[in-house]
Amino acid sequence: MRYALVSALALILSVAQAWGFETEAERHFGPEGAPQIRVLATTDIAFFAPVAEAFLAENPGLGIQYLQASSQSVSQAVDAEGAAFDLVISTAMDLQMKLANDGFAGALPPDIVQRLPGWARWRDRLVSIALEPVVLLIAEAALNGQPPPRSRRDLIALLRDHPETFAGRIGTYDPRISGAGYLFLTQDARMSDSIWRLAEVMGRLDARLYCCSGEVIAGLISGDLVVGYNVLGSYAAANLPEGSGVLVVPMEDFTITLQRTALIPVNAPDPEGGAALLRFILSDAGQDIQAQVTGGSVMRPESFASQPWLMPIRLDPGLLSTLDSMTRDRFLAEWTAALDQP
Amino acid sequence: MRFLLIEDNADLARSVHERLEMDGHAVDHAATLSEADDHLAVAPYDLILLDITLPDGDGRAFLQRQRARKADTPVIVLTARSAVSDRVDTLDLGADDYLTKPFDFAELEARCRAVLRRRGGTVTNLQSYADLVFDPMGGFVSVAGENRDLRNRELRLLEVLLSAPGRILSKDQLCDRLFSLSEPVSDNAIEVYIARLRKKLEGSTARIETVRGLGYRLTGG
Amino acid sequence: MRAPSLRRRLVGQLIVLSAGLAIALYVAVRLGAERASEATLDGILGAATSTIAEELRSVEGGAELDLSPGTFSMLAAMGEERIFHRIDINGLPVTGYADLPLPPRAPTALQPVFYDAEYRDADLRLVAVARSLMIENRAAPVLVIVGQTREGQRAIALGLANRAAALGLAVFLFAIPFSLLSARTLLRPIGRLAEAVGRRGGHDLRPVRHPAPAELAPLVDQLNAFIARLRQTLAQTETFIAEAAHHIRTPLATLRSEAEMALRQAGDEPTRTRLRGMIRATEESARSANQLLDHATVLFRADQKAQDRVDLGAMARALADRFRPTADLKDMEIRLSLPEERLETSGDAVLIEAALRNLIDNALKYSPADSTVEISLVDDLGYARIEVTDRGRGLGGETQAALAQRFRRGPNVGGVVGSGLGLTIVSETATAMGGRFALAEREEGGTCATLWFPRSR
Repeated sequence: MRYALVSALALILSVAQAWGFETEAERHFGPEGAPQIRVLATTDIAFFAPVAEAFLAENPGLGIQYLQASSQSVSQAVDAEGAAFDLVISTAMDLQMKLANDGFAGALPPDIVQRLPGWARWRDRLVSIALEPVVLLIAEAALNGQPPPRSRRDLIALLRDHPETFAGRIGTYDPRISGAGYLFLTQDARMSDSIWRLAEVMGRLDARLYCCSGEVIAGLISGDLVVGYNVLGSYAAANLPEGSGVLVVPMEDFTITLQRTALIPVNAPDPEGGAALLRFILSDAGQDIQAQVTGGSVMRPESFASQPWLMPIRLDPGLLSTLDSMTRDRFLAEWTAALDQP
Repeated sequence: MRFLLIEDNADLARSVHERLEMDGHAVDHAATLSEADDHLAVAPYDLILLDITLPDGDGRAFLQRQRARKADTPVIVLTARSAVSDRVDTLDLGADDYLTKPFDFAELEARCRAVLRRRGGTVTNLQSYADLVFDPMGGFVSVAGENRDLRNRELRLLEVLLSAPGRILSKDQLCDRLFSLSEPVSDNAIEVYIARLRKKLEGSTARIETVRGLGYRLTGG
Repeated sequence: MRAPSLRRRLVGQLIVLSAGLAIALYVAVRLGAERASEATLDGILGAATSTIAEELRSVEGGAELDLSPGTFSMLAAMGEERIFHRIDINGLPVTGYADLPLPPRAPTALQPVFYDAEYRDADLRLVAVARSLMIENRAAPVLVIVGQTREGQRAIALGLANRAAALGLAVFLFAIPFSLLSARTLLRPIGRLAEAVGRRGGHDLRPVRHPAPAELAPLVDQLNAFIARLRQTLAQTETFIAEAAHHIRTPLATLRSEAEMALRQAGDEPTRTRLRGMIRATEESARSANQLLDHATVLFRADQKAQDRVDLGAMARALADRFRPTADLKDMEIRLSLPEERLETSGDAVLIEAALRNLIDNALKYSPADSTVEISLVDDLGYARIEVTDRGRGLGGETQAALAQRFRRGPNVGGVVGSGLGLTIVSETATAMGGRFALAEREEGGTCATLWFPRSR
């Protein structure tokens, strides 16, 4: 169903406008001819729509033009092409950080920045609008009545002990093509060396690599896959149907927690509009809507106290190190080597 | 009357001395305080005329000594010092009166009389002429034993006339004795007083004759 | 013109001093904080860059690098700074920002080069570190450049400097009341000394013994020396007046009595006229001398402000008695009218006596023979009022103010001897005693002179 929607929109889009970068979908909210707030985001339109509608209900007479693209495209659009948007939202924290570090992000109004805790913003350029854990998906059937693994060590043991169940049925991001996948892996590696052993195990079991969370989830739903590693929790919660038999397991050794970030480009045609929308998203009402849409997986900062394993990815220029081409090359080479081990 | 004049200025002393003697008083002169003490030791005086500034001391100290000694001879201070500040002092120290130099003899006489009268001095210098008896100090006159009440100028006019009975005294001479030289006197002032005196002495054998063009004289008997 | 106030000067100097201190504090802290933090941050930047350079490893076909997120986080942590890096091998950029500005001179292996440059709208502090790497058996020069913004550092330095400035301002603000207070404290002994001197009576010419700080001792010493000189001068003045009186009066007295004697003995009229003239002249000189000396005494004593209690009734009675023989010479009468109560004033008895004596003397002098002079004393609304009335010739149309001028005599003095100083003496005495003097012509002829003195309780 989602694919149908996406392809339909993509069709309209390809007719409607020619962009220098690759887009996935586009939608217009609000009355025709109203002033437009232009939003570029990696978020699915379906997730954003309730927020947009609630915002426009409060601000009649405004419109929102929403463009969905991959995180790489989002970054490229702002960076290389200087496309004019009023608000840019992405899950790729590293790329957003690079945009901000390289001076493409404009200063945000102080009222927005000052309300946020230090970990949820970088200077007055980049702010976090949602926390999203990166989770393990596992089919109940594959467990044979055993409890789901609670840590990477458990997972490694489980996979190693039951190759017949898991061979060829493990799905994860391909970090070579997915920015988010690369980010999650580098953060895993930063937290623990267990990722390299996991990579070796997954390599031996012929893990399948995907571009996006959605495809991994789809594989699990179809039954092609029994394990999805490093899947965005919000996507899983939203897309897994009732009774699918797929468990969403937070890793209790550590659960990488992504911050969905927003910035207003320096060349935004209507930065006040972008700021107004951002202010709404950060408001209690906006946060509640997001939580509803994603099935409660968008977390409040209070979550850190009750779930100490949640490890937010630090929103600081440390993210830039993994974007370094030499570093990236070396990391991917190492990962590939681990995965391809005979 | 016996005066002790304590005055160090010789000229002034001589002048006052002569003048008092001329009026029939006995005068001893002392130029210093010690001389004065010598005089006082041997003779009683009716009145002391005391200068303040003396070569061997301050007249006021002498005055104080006198009063401390209970010597009550009347003292009139003749001061040449600052008029203002010394007066109160001297009276406080027991002087009976004071006069600032230079002084009018008439005023000196008047003050001497006043002091003696206040002290109730004894009648000593009674003068008589014809049926007149005159006490210059006490300031009274009787005609044939009958007291006549004379005013000051009338008394002084009588005194002047009595000082030279039978002699003609010119108007000017009388004026000089009667009136202060610092006061203006009209031409007929003397006639007025002569007329008053004649009236006061009515019935007396002594008469004041007018000598036309020359003056007046006292005749009697 | 007055010299500027000591207090204002003290306060001004203290305030300027504290303002200077506050500014100096601000500048020193600002420069110091900036320099200190710059040195620290340069150290961190250099160390981080050296670490990155050391992490470069030679591998087959090139070099390998594992940039640590921790290093970058650390470089950014100070103040959420922006970070840029660039690595050149063999002079060609291999990773990072290929357009990051190069150092002004090439760093050596031992000596990194720190420099500032502008890049992407940001002021960067950069460091370049050099090393070499064996790549395919050949030594390849490697240049590692890392730059960071220093906005956080500047903000911190500015914050520190602002805090220092606030402190300086606080010191400055505190200095104002403090300097006012200390100026007051410092100057208080001067005030106390002035008060102690001011409290003394007019006759009090003793040296000042009030305790004073050492700094004021020279002033007190000088003041005491001055008082001593003043005392001596006053004594000399008094002596001088007395001596002058003596030396003028004694010869005049001699002259006068000699002239009077001569007049009595002289027979011929021209000689008598001359002698009369002489006596009048003597009289005139004596009176003038008297009044001049009186006046000098009044001026001298009025300044001393003696505060005797003076029984005005007793004084009037004594004066009346004293003048009675003089009045008798003109067959005049002095009538005295005194109240039953005692009327007192406080002041210089000698001066009051001089004023009254002058009034009575005038009344007697300008009245015709056989007339009456009346002296009355009454209580007049807190003042003691003394009136001396005569039947004389009045004021001759002159005003009181004019007559009170020195040496001014009325147009109708006739042949009466006088100097014109009498009324001046009276008027000046009344003023000095806090009283008043009025002179009026009586309707029935003659003059009414009135003196008011404040009654003392």
